Amino acid sequence: MQRAIALVDCNNFYVSCERLFQPKLEGKPVVVLSNNDGCVVSCSREIKELGIKIGTPWFQLRDIARQYGIVSFSSNYTLYADLSNRVMSLLSQFSPDQEVYSIDESFLDLTGIPGRHGDYGQQIRVTIRRCVGIPVCIGIAPSKTLAKLANHIAKKQTMYRGVCNFNAMVAAELDSLLSGIEVGEVWGIGRRITSRLKMMGIHTVLDLKRAPAKRIRAEFGVVTERTAAELNGECCLELEGVTSPRQQIICSRSFGSLLSSLSDLEQAVIAYVSRAAEKLRSERSVAGGIQVYIRTNPHRERDPQYRQSILMALSSPTDNTRLLCHAALTGLRQIYRTGFSYQKAGVMLTEILPASARPRSLFDDIDAQQRSASLMSTLDRINRRMGSGTMQLLGEGLRKDWAMKRGSLSQRCTTEWGELPSVQALVECRNGKRHE
Amino acid sequence: MQQIQSGCGRRATPSVLLSLTHPNKELFLRQRALLRKAVPAGFPSPADDYVQQRLSLDEHLVQHKESTFFMRVSGDSMRGLGIFDGDLLVVDRSVRATHGCVVVAVVDGEFTVKQLLHTPEGKVLRAAHPDYSDIPIMPEQDFEIWGVVTWNVHKHTP
Repeated sequence: MQRAIALVDCNNFYVSCERLFQPKLEGKPVVVLSNNDGCVVSCSREIKELGIKIGTPWFQLRDIARQYGIVSFSSNYTLYADLSNRVMSLLSQFSPDQEVYSIDESFLDLTGIPGRHGDYGQQIRVTIRRCVGIPVCIGIAPSKTLAKLANHIAKKQTMYRGVCNFNAMVAAELDSLLSGIEVGEVWGIGRRITSRLKMMGIHTVLDLKRAPAKRIRAEFGVVTERTAAELNGECCLELEGVTSPRQQIICSRSFGSLLSSLSDLEQAVIAYVSRAAEKLRSERSVAGGIQVYIRTNPHRERDPQYRQSILMALSSPTDNTRLLCHAALTGLRQIYRTGFSYQKAGVMLTEILPASARPRSLFDDIDAQQRSASLMSTLDRINRRMGSGTMQLLGEGLRKDWAMKRGSLSQRCTTEWGELPSVQALVECRNGKRHE
Repeated sequence: MQQIQSGCGRRATPSVLLSLTHPNKELFLRQRALLRKAVPAGFPSPADDYVQQRLSLDEHLVQHKESTFFMRVSGDSMRGLGIFDGDLLVVDRSVRATHGCVVVAVVDGEFTVKQLLHTPEGKVLRAAHPDYSDIPIMPEQDFEIWGVVTWNVHKHTP
């Protein structure tokens, strides 16, 4: 039976999330900026039409933004993650085999699903659009690499109405499409390989598909050979199903401004540990170690540079914020050096296991463990109910000078009671004038 | 031993004495905590076999968790249908909007809550307030049904 693998990709995902709760932005040029409002990470079609590319620094766009009325947002990852989970959960209902590839992309195995897969794709598209409000495009093909390209075409060429099925095409039609795509668009073909391929006279996807496998293998190795085989419709990369329980939890951020004092760094580290520990508890896991790292800004070449990290082992695996903070701060004090301007810090929880599998020792203080567990669950409950950050360790600081710059952050519409979208029920008079 | 006892005063309990003489005080305290743990005993509850999950309002109000969103009402134009300023709306995007449904609509880019009616003249959005006239939905108008209001949560305590 012919394999049918679908790649479902959300269109301009972050922008689509922002527009869902601000419908007046439909049809307007919108960008979403990276942490600290540095550069463009997602942009609407209107922005692409202005020739602006992802990765452009925001300060370069200030003038053009004013001229065209571009609306910019700081990245609201809380909102994007929630909407992504909704999309992925709905998608899982369309196939027994799903691989969530990124926040806005998912592979689905449609092999053996009866009916025309193009129609099935349209059904998926309509369902996601209606239920979550996010537009998606779908590419269907016999391999993951081809499915990516089919998706690329579904996005670019409106005649496919968002679903492009390579399996339903005759060879000549498919080849003519592939001859219109640059080889650099192929999944796994990076910039270096692209320029070497071009020197060999391989410019389009079709060229790579037709290149002799032996030659590709000799020049680029087995990975690229496999890519070429996938272009020929051979499925070499299987879907990677349910990911194994996480091995680590990372929380790291750049600061809103450069920091040099230890106490500022301590505050940031406490905040990151608190966040990571909350995530750890929500997954009912415990961590056996915590790594802390700090670094200066490598792009300020004239500044003295320093980067260091340290791994602290915990005497027994825990999910307690206070114990994790204690270990992290001990580590931070060991690696901290004066005389540097730090730009970023991070913490990583390692040796993660399910709390139920936590090794017990004869000398565990069970009373104290239970007290701390109930303290932590109270903390989490309060923050869930009253909004995150309602209750925190004082060490995190109240002023948060280190916090990220997020000048135009939208509301966390789906995760905070205090930030729900507001729906108007204003009283209008018959003459059309509003009162109240 | 004698010295320690006098040092602690007369009210020193044996465990305090023990802890002071123990080579590793912390170890001792942990061991003691372990020994003190209560062992479950007594009669099993006659209701054990009948225990069921307690009712969850969340499960009751949210039929489709992927497509359900919460929104806050601002204004009183829907009071005739029992929707007041500050109420919490449960909005399901997957439910089809039929005649008589209360919907969240997008009119000219703004969210508004209204009742959807199919009349011989076409679809209209109606407020539940006497001061308010219907909005007929024109084909050329910028209009969308964002979701259907499935529940309204109204707070009665101040």
